Amino acid sequence: MTDIMPPHRSALPLPGEEQRSGVMSPPHPNPFRPGEREPSASEAGEGRPLLDVRHLRIEFPTRRGVLTAVDDVSFAIAPGEVLGVVGESGAGKSLTGAAIIGLLEPPGRIAGGEIVLDGARIDHLPHDQMRRVRGRRIGAIFQDPLASLDPLYSIGRQLIETIRTHLPMSEAAARTRALELLQEVGIPAAARRIDHYPHQFSGGMRQRVVIALALAANPRLIIADEPTTALDVSIQAQIITLLRRLCREYGTAVMLITHDMGVIAETADRVAVMYAGRIVEIGPVADVIRAPKHPYTIGLMGSIPSVTTDRERLVQIEGSMPRLTAIPSGCPFHPRCNRVFDRCLHERPELFEAGTSRAACWLHAPLP
Amino acid sequence: MLVARTAAVSAAGPPQSANCAPAGGSEARTSSVKPRARGDHTSASSLLQVSRVTKVFDVSAPWLTRMFARQPRLLLHAVEDVSFAIRRGETLGLVGESGCGKSTIARLIVGLYRLSSGTITYDGFDVSALSEGRGPRSLRRKLQMIFQDPYASLNPRWRVADIVAEPIRAQRLVCGNRAIRARVDALLTKVGLAAADGQKYPHQFSGGQRQRISIARALASEPEFLVCDEPTSALDVSVQAQVLNLMRDLQHQLGLTYLFISHNLAVVHHVADRVGVMYLGRIVELADKATLFTRPRHPYTRMLLDAIPDLAMTGKSRIPVAGEVPNPLSPPSGCTFHPRCPYANERCRTEVPALKRTPGNGDAANDIVACHAVEEGRLDIASRVVRIAEET
Amino acid sequence: MSTNRVAVALRHSWDSDLAYSFRHSPYAMAAAVVFLLCVGSSTFAPWVAPHNPFDLGQLDLSNSLKPPMWLDGGDAAFPLGTDDQGRDILSTILFGARISLAVGICSVLFSMVLGVGLGLLAGYVGGKTDAFIMRVADVQLSFPAILIALLIDGVARALLPRAHESLAFYVLVLSIGVSGWVQYARTVRGSTLVEKNKEYVQAARLFGIHPLAIMARHVLPNVLGPVLVIGTIHIATAIITEATLSFLGVGVPPTQPSLGTLIRIGNDFLFSGEWWVTLFPGIALVVMVLAINLLGDWLRDALNPRLRT
Repeated sequence: MTDIMPPHRSALPLPGEEQRSGVMSPPHPNPFRPGEREPSASEAGEGRPLLDVRHLRIEFPTRRGVLTAVDDVSFAIAPGEVLGVVGESGAGKSLTGAAIIGLLEPPGRIAGGEIVLDGARIDHLPHDQMRRVRGRRIGAIFQDPLASLDPLYSIGRQLIETIRTHLPMSEAAARTRALELLQEVGIPAAARRIDHYPHQFSGGMRQRVVIALALAANPRLIIADEPTTALDVSIQAQIITLLRRLCREYGTAVMLITHDMGVIAETADRVAVMYAGRIVEIGPVADVIRAPKHPYTIGLMGSIPSVTTDRERLVQIEGSMPRLTAIPSGCPFHPRCNRVFDRCLHERPELFEAGTSRAACWLHAPLP
Repeated sequence: MLVARTAAVSAAGPPQSANCAPAGGSEARTSSVKPRARGDHTSASSLLQVSRVTKVFDVSAPWLTRMFARQPRLLLHAVEDVSFAIRRGETLGLVGESGCGKSTIARLIVGLYRLSSGTITYDGFDVSALSEGRGPRSLRRKLQMIFQDPYASLNPRWRVADIVAEPIRAQRLVCGNRAIRARVDALLTKVGLAAADGQKYPHQFSGGQRQRISIARALASEPEFLVCDEPTSALDVSVQAQVLNLMRDLQHQLGLTYLFISHNLAVVHHVADRVGVMYLGRIVELADKATLFTRPRHPYTRMLLDAIPDLAMTGKSRIPVAGEVPNPLSPPSGCTFHPRCPYANERCRTEVPALKRTPGNGDAANDIVACHAVEEGRLDIASRVVRIAEET
Repeated sequence: MSTNRVAVALRHSWDSDLAYSFRHSPYAMAAAVVFLLCVGSSTFAPWVAPHNPFDLGQLDLSNSLKPPMWLDGGDAAFPLGTDDQGRDILSTILFGARISLAVGICSVLFSMVLGVGLGLLAGYVGGKTDAFIMRVADVQLSFPAILIALLIDGVARALLPRAHESLAFYVLVLSIGVSGWVQYARTVRGSTLVEKNKEYVQAARLFGIHPLAIMARHVLPNVLGPVLVIGTIHIATAIITEATLSFLGVGVPPTQPSLGTLIRIGNDFLFSGEWWVTLFPGIALVVMVLAINLLGDWLRDALNPRLRT
């Protein structure tokens, strides 16, 4: 299968790619058209999603049986779009991100479904092919910048190594590009600091370096797993703004995994809410936040304290997320749902249309 | 209800030996602690008084290394000249980013660290005796703490019932295993767990449930004052809501006073009556909640409020303030915020601002700010009024 | 009521990760079987062994240096042959293993108590106490363990020339024990430093609990894991050390030979053709130490959370 790369505008031209004048990606990401499951292959290139995850299933064989951590998850990300994946711990969002980028730790394995990047399947690629995809076509930003950077090498060396692994460049050209990247992400005195080691940077600066590393080979998709959780609030704001600006400029799509709804509200175009390994709601971010449809999302939004409103009590969803060994039958949220009825206990709902978004709830099932 | 039940249990229990009397006001005060005269307090009903507290940590390299490498001593001023008071029954929120010293203040208050200078008094008693292992048991009983990490705050090898019973046994509040067990069961049900959970180990519980166990343990000694060091920061949002609601209910039922420390401004807004903002070991602003969030004065407070992600999606654009928290080992001179402050002038670079009541704000007399620009009137207070969004 | 609890606890441990790992590791099970055999047969040596080699009345010099029973000149009454004194090798191995195991286990227990105690103290109290204990440990580490054991043994001999024979066992335990405490102390000190800063220890301090009680009841249970692994492997080392000391002639007295003594005695006859006097005690020693080492290896892997699936 040929590797078709639709043109996109990069802020810095790469060698081997001429400036394509007149062919530019839309300045704003093209939101995935709601109501449409997936664009058909006969449509022009712009309609095809960049990343298409279909019925993904991740399992963990343990001595107590096989645990399904991610169960039949499907979503798509259009080129240049920011999809937020939100959920609490144990919902399976990090595992989904890890599976897409091929970093699922054994014994976890992809037990079903497909991951299609730009029309080519990447879920069961052999290691060396996956390595080429990783970095060049998918970049990653993880939560802990200290763990993402090798403490033994200067950041310049790590940047240059990443650039040269994926792009045909000489050492000097790669160093120039590394310098430009560092300036782009806002590292002051980049020319001097390019030779510094990770421990000589503060947390926020390190995360900027990690962003630079992720963008080094100009990937089309970035998986960002809790990129701001370990940072202070003021730094968090800086990093979010930076990430958003760079991805708009480079036309990079982002899969933003986080538990923080506020970050999603500021950054994402669409959001998917995950619970117990499934997507329970997905739709444009403004609609999901202002008018959530799934009872879990409604409860979640109500339980977030706000600076602008005063409430006596926060909305409380009783109970807690089920353990992987004891996922309820039917709709996994039914034991905690205040609008449960009989069908919820036995049948697992699919994602049904609910206004502009989709919710996996029998309350929104189409009338027969 | 809980207090009454305990009184009944201890009254009906085995004959009170001297060892097992509940530590109360009748206990003779040790001579090392002198109760201060009531007139010393600035506010008549303030329960906790922190006066000019400073804590310096010596983080120098070992002596031998220093000698060979000719390095100077390294001193970390974690808390610098901090003063505030908390009234009985109120909740004071303390916010700040990493390295601002709020966790250190928490540990100074309960006696886990020793003060370098200043005084902390609780209900008239000097708390410094606690850090030296002395002090009346009644004092130790009344001040308790809830920690941030639900995974490290419970001993993984102990059963939950033993964990919750530990302060009861240490304070000898209740005698006899059966009575202790009954009290533990009552505490567990009070925080929303089952009495049977006492036989399990901590690893069998989720993060939110472990925080409940921590709360049960903190309540075991019938405290009056709880220091909560980021109790919900490690929890998911929905679990956080449960724990915050629980803490509010307990406060109403038991008449507790809280010092609530967090880096999350939204949580502090929900929980606190008054809020203090800390930066690099100093308090920069202290005001009641409504004032702080609608009319913030100190530039750092404004910056923090600006940095909160816009969940209400009002679409306001933000320009995040540049720069990061400087290294606490070598803080900037003068006002430590001046490198990042848009209003800094020469005076800010040289002189440390003192906490002062701001002129003309008209609010409660306890609102204070440490900022030259505010004092000089350079800061336009009205320009940063945040309108409360309409609740949809 | 209590039997119910015991049953629950037994089932709990059967179901636990450790038991599961044990049941699925053939090496661990084989090693455990061998080890139990060694311990069992040597504990019950007076009943299991065909002869009593220490009963001088039973010895008959005419039986000396008989080969194992499958060779010419062998006697079924002495399955593995006899040594130069006429002692049955099999019985001597069983009795000797008893001493070796006793010395090994006792000295390890001594080391453990001493090392864990000092490590806890150094880690929890810190400051000058910590520095002092660790410097002593560093100094001791610069000497080989054998030398330290020899040193203590020599001092004991000098101090108690007459009582030395009867106290030889205790002196041996002491010397091997003192030579081995450092590894426990270092490990426990490191773990204590980590646990000391955890919030459950701070909570205990908040309740006014005495530091010694905190160390014993809170910190100790959480730092014991690696200690058990080190101890298991240390038993093997201790047995070898004892064998070496006995081989050198400074261990147990020759009237109560341990495996090391036997090997030494047999060494003289090795090249004159009576190989069985050295070989069989040597094999016994190797098998015992190997079983213990395999058990220790399994324990270390089973307790390592990162290797758990």
